[in-house]
Amino acid sequence: MNQNPAIGHNTVPKMTARDVNVFYGQKQAIKNVSIDVSAEHVTAFIGPSGCGKSTFLRCLNRMNDTVDGARVEGRIELDGQDVYASGMDVVQLRARVGMVFQKPNPFPKSIYENVAYGPRLHGLARSKTDMDEIVESALKRAGLWDEAKDRLNESGTAMSGGQQQRLCIARAIAVDPEVILMDEPCSALDPIATARIEELIDELRGRYAIVIVTHNMQQAARVSQKTAFFHLGTLVEYDDTSSIFTNPKATRTKDYITGRYG
Amino acid sequence: MRLLIAFALVLGLAGLAYLAGRARGNRMVTAAGGRMGAVHSRPVYHGAYVAVLALAPALIVLAGWGIVGEGLIEGQVLGSLSAAERPAPGNDSEALLNEVRGLVNGDLPQAFNPLAPRLAPVYAAARSNGDLLAGALAVALLAMGGLWGWSRLRPDFRARNRVETQVRALLLVASVVAILTTFGIVLSLIFESIRFFQLVSPVEFLTGLQWSPQTAIRADQVGSTGAFGAVPLFWGTIFIGAIIAMAVAIPLGLMSAIYLTQYADPRVRKWLKPILELLAGVPTVVYGFFAALTIAPLVRSFAVALGMTNASSDSALAAGLVMGVMIIPFVSSMADDALAAVPRAMRDGSLAMGATPSETVKKVLVPAALPGIMGGVLLAVSRAIGETMIVVMAAGLAANLTANPFSSVTTVTTQIVALLTGDQEFDSAKTLSAFALGLVLFVMTLILNIYALAVVKRYREAYE
Repeated sequence: MNQNPAIGHNTVPKMTARDVNVFYGQKQAIKNVSIDVSAEHVTAFIGPSGCGKSTFLRCLNRMNDTVDGARVEGRIELDGQDVYASGMDVVQLRARVGMVFQKPNPFPKSIYENVAYGPRLHGLARSKTDMDEIVESALKRAGLWDEAKDRLNESGTAMSGGQQQRLCIARAIAVDPEVILMDEPCSALDPIATARIEELIDELRGRYAIVIVTHNMQQAARVSQKTAFFHLGTLVEYDDTSSIFTNPKATRTKDYITGRYG
Repeated sequence: MRLLIAFALVLGLAGLAYLAGRARGNRMVTAAGGRMGAVHSRPVYHGAYVAVLALAPALIVLAGWGIVGEGLIEGQVLGSLSAAERPAPGNDSEALLNEVRGLVNGDLPQAFNPLAPRLAPVYAAARSNGDLLAGALAVALLAMGGLWGWSRLRPDFRARNRVETQVRALLLVASVVAILTTFGIVLSLIFESIRFFQLVSPVEFLTGLQWSPQTAIRADQVGSTGAFGAVPLFWGTIFIGAIIAMAVAIPLGLMSAIYLTQYADPRVRKWLKPILELLAGVPTVVYGFFAALTIAPLVRSFAVALGMTNASSDSALAAGLVMGVMIIPFVSSMADDALAAVPRAMRDGSLAMGATPSETVKKVLVPAALPGIMGGVLLAVSRAIGETMIVVMAAGLAANLTANPFSSVTTVTTQIVALLTGDQEFDSAKTLSAFALGLVLFVMTLILNIYALAVVKRYREAYE
């Protein structure tokens, strides 16, 4: 078992977690997880269903606060600031740590309004021109501009699944966050749409710290530079993606990677 | 009474038919050596099949006699009179027959009409013959149906499936009864309204601004011109039910739904929601006297404090406020459903963008749930404009066409109550106008309901 979170890091981590425990009522979902997330890399969380990878991801922007009966212990920091400190403004935190969900969830509004939602909330645009620029650049960065530029006033829910998910990514990056959390962003998409999202993740790498939860090991191997393997609520192994997939240290990791269970 | 005895007899015989069918089923099972599956249906189904075949025709005969029997008897009684003695059809005949019935039933010690004592024995004989005939027919059909059913029982007879068909027929009859009743109500409204519109033109009724339904009995009577312009009534109905009441119910209902679905702790919600829905269970007459005795005086004092010295004690505001409170549960429970039906992913998506819960409600949840909320509001409006007790007790009878909430206005339902209580004559426009008002109200609420249900349905399809 490799519990040393600093392995492989040569820069200051963007987010750090130390001894995090999560409970849903009486049930413990996450046990003593410590991990560092780097700003330059795409970090993948892999593991079998119910291993706690999504739960842990949702701790990073405090989305577990919205679940009744969820309780988080331990320390999670963003640039050295305690995320769960009483002085931390959840609204500000979520503006800095964006999220993309498993199922595309565009709002039942126009494409333009979907992207403008965050900037409006946080007052990022001073004029209509500002907003147009923000929307355009977010859609461009999400690789959706060419498909969307002539239909900005159409409903976001009228797009295809893959386009909807890219719209959700555009929505998340429109507020220029520092970290983007992706919770199985391709699990509801077909292979072609999945490939487009994976390309997009690669293009966004370096600009944002990206953490992606996936149950698809090939996807983790393709898009990430760091991989963390979760099992039964614990972090079993965390290392460079290449090492995890070619030379796993823990038996459980090896068994999972080679398809013994999962 | 006789019909009741016949009814009990038929039920008892059907019980015997059941026992006979079941016994035969039991014998078939014994004959088959008690082996499971040798007889298609269990003995109880054989019994039930025979019982239903026996009971159904007998009940139809008895019910049919109950419905048309009285008419047949009356025809026979009047037919026994010579053409010269026979009273004119309509009121005169009815009055005579009522006396005859009174004499036969012993409710009336003595009749005014000299013909009545003579007709009483005819009536009694006709009735007893008719009852006897109907009873005999019922029992005969019962026996025939039962025997036929009993004769069909075989080990491979699918009694269980037949009973299922019978059950389906019974359920169909039950639902048809409700539909037929609705049709009957609508037809009676329409027929009486047509009589009214023969006296008063529909154009005057629907566009006239004067409502004064007193018609003159004598030619020289003062102040009884009889004006049937119903616009002030429609306005009063809309003013109280759709404007003032909604101004109370929409914000309060919507906000309580938002609190209950988005903010309240599940334990708080578990207590608060039933208590809120209790409001819907308060009898409307209780709301009525609450409006008349508690709210109306407060509203009046308030109006006086504002400088309206002649403020009325019956005010649109008092009735509308209380009605608004009454329909809060309608709005809030529909809004609650609509908000709860918005996928959780929408809410999470908004929260993850850094929106506060109230921003999420305002910008995502309420717009997404709006069709459902609108449907709830429309249903609440249709409930409010049909509401009677509160406005009867608190809104007043003066048909004012005014937008001043402190003045007294009247509504369609209030006027219907006023027109149909006390002494009435069914040939005057005054009484008949109640049916025309009822018809208009019915059409209004029907349209609102259909529209509201369509809105709600379209919205449900969007998410499911």
